[in-house]
Amino acid sequence: MSSLSTPRPNHYISVDAANPRHVERALADLRDGLSQWRLALALARLDLRNRYRGSVLGPFWMSLSSLVMLIGLGLLYGALFKFKLSDYLPHLAVSLIIWQWISGFIIDSCTTLTSAEGVIRQMRLPYTLHALRVAFRNALVAAHSLLLIPIVFLIFRQVPGPEAVLALFGVVLIAINMVAGGLLLGMVCARFRDIPPIVANVVQLAFFVSPILWKPELLGDGMVWMALNPFYALLETVRGPLLEGGGTWLAWLAAIFYTAVHVVLTGVLFTRFRSRIAFWV
Amino acid sequence: MARICAEGLRIEFPLYHFGARSMKKRLLGAASRRVRADAHNRVVVSALSDLSFTIESGERVALVGHNGAGKSTLLRTLAGIYEPVGGRLTVEGEIGSLIDPSAGMDILSTGRENIRLRALYRGLNAEQTAALEAEAGEFSGLGEFLDVPIHGYSAGMSIRLAFALATAVQPQILLMDEWFSAGDADFMAKAEARLEELVTASEILVIATHDMNVVKRWCNRVIRLEAGRIVGDEGTEGLV
Repeated sequence: MSSLSTPRPNHYISVDAANPRHVERALADLRDGLSQWRLALALARLDLRNRYRGSVLGPFWMSLSSLVMLIGLGLLYGALFKFKLSDYLPHLAVSLIIWQWISGFIIDSCTTLTSAEGVIRQMRLPYTLHALRVAFRNALVAAHSLLLIPIVFLIFRQVPGPEAVLALFGVVLIAINMVAGGLLLGMVCARFRDIPPIVANVVQLAFFVSPILWKPELLGDGMVWMALNPFYALLETVRGPLLEGGGTWLAWLAAIFYTAVHVVLTGVLFTRFRSRIAFWV
Repeated sequence: MARICAEGLRIEFPLYHFGARSMKKRLLGAASRRVRADAHNRVVVSALSDLSFTIESGERVALVGHNGAGKSTLLRTLAGIYEPVGGRLTVEGEIGSLIDPSAGMDILSTGRENIRLRALYRGLNAEQTAALEAEAGEFSGLGEFLDVPIHGYSAGMSIRLAFALATAVQPQILLMDEWFSAGDADFMAKAEARLEELVTASEILVIATHDMNVVKRWCNRVIRLEAGRIVGDEGTEGLV
């Protein structure tokens, strides 16, 4: 028994409602949460395993459904827009798979905190941990479809140049947005239970107004306005490097700007309301 | 040295997800003591109001009171789960809580996987994880069932595993919600011995209970709660 009694992080609690030290404690939450990434990853893998328990294909059902969507939408919209299939399918593959990653995450992140209710009310854990868990979970799901991109590229002899490395920065930007989004949406949805259906509607709308089925060039001069759509900006940080020789600087600037706004907004709300979360879930 | 110090501690539960308007009329009209509207005009339940106490090392405190008196809320506050809206709380010492021993268990994972998961929750290293696995595996007496998903356990078996996991680490401050009664008679004896060991070795015990035998046997101080307030704080000598 004695070998197990090591000091744990919760050795000292000091709360004073008159001097709540919101900033310090929010930062401590972030730091502790990130340092427990192993637990977050283990929980994410458990979620995935439990979700697909007893299923033969497991998470590869996601890859299969992406493949079917890719072929179906690719043939139909390729013909409707009169695109060359060798141009259109690589675009659709990248856009659709990154979009499925983002949209799946957004829907899932609404329950970041409410689904962890049992743990939140029984154990003292950093809230960042729950956001990390949702981010990992969705990254793992998305990783199963990722393979479709190189396959489509191979089939259509689409070889990205060295600037494709930039796509990694795009993925990092998306990942930062996901940790922030997990906390932000998780908090807002725990407090206001009407938000999840609104979020679902916004995500559906975003699918059509973002260049996933269509290509941004179709807008002609209106293309500059696309930067107003944060989803376009984020998609472009991956699609641009892989397909367009790097993506426009406007899209990159917009993506970085939106990420910064998102992180600051999350930081402010989390700092202010962190201590209330246990009462919301 | 472990120590707990609370000054004017106040916890309020906001009631968000109900029809606030109609509830306000119903509840506030009835000259209620605990349900009231706060500064932002929200309906809140005062779970704990104005609690002040100090618990020093060596004290074994029983929290007694009716259902809804605030015992569990106070335990959760001491565990750092709920943060007070008013007052001050300092808890010095490593906290072990037996509030809900099965919290954080995954019913689709095997017993062994759950032990490893708990080790991750606690931030144990590889060596400590192996120690926990051996210890909890042995103590729970589950044998081959350790590799069966706990979904398929009997109620007694899950309690045994939960108990073994929750009590494998010796904390300085032990927070308990009710005295455990776990599993079959055979295990009960083992569990009692383990609890005794844990309680005696901890510097501070805070237990919420209804059972006067538990109070008499283990505690040397009784804090009586009523409607979220302390109405009595005394030694156990006077208890009959």
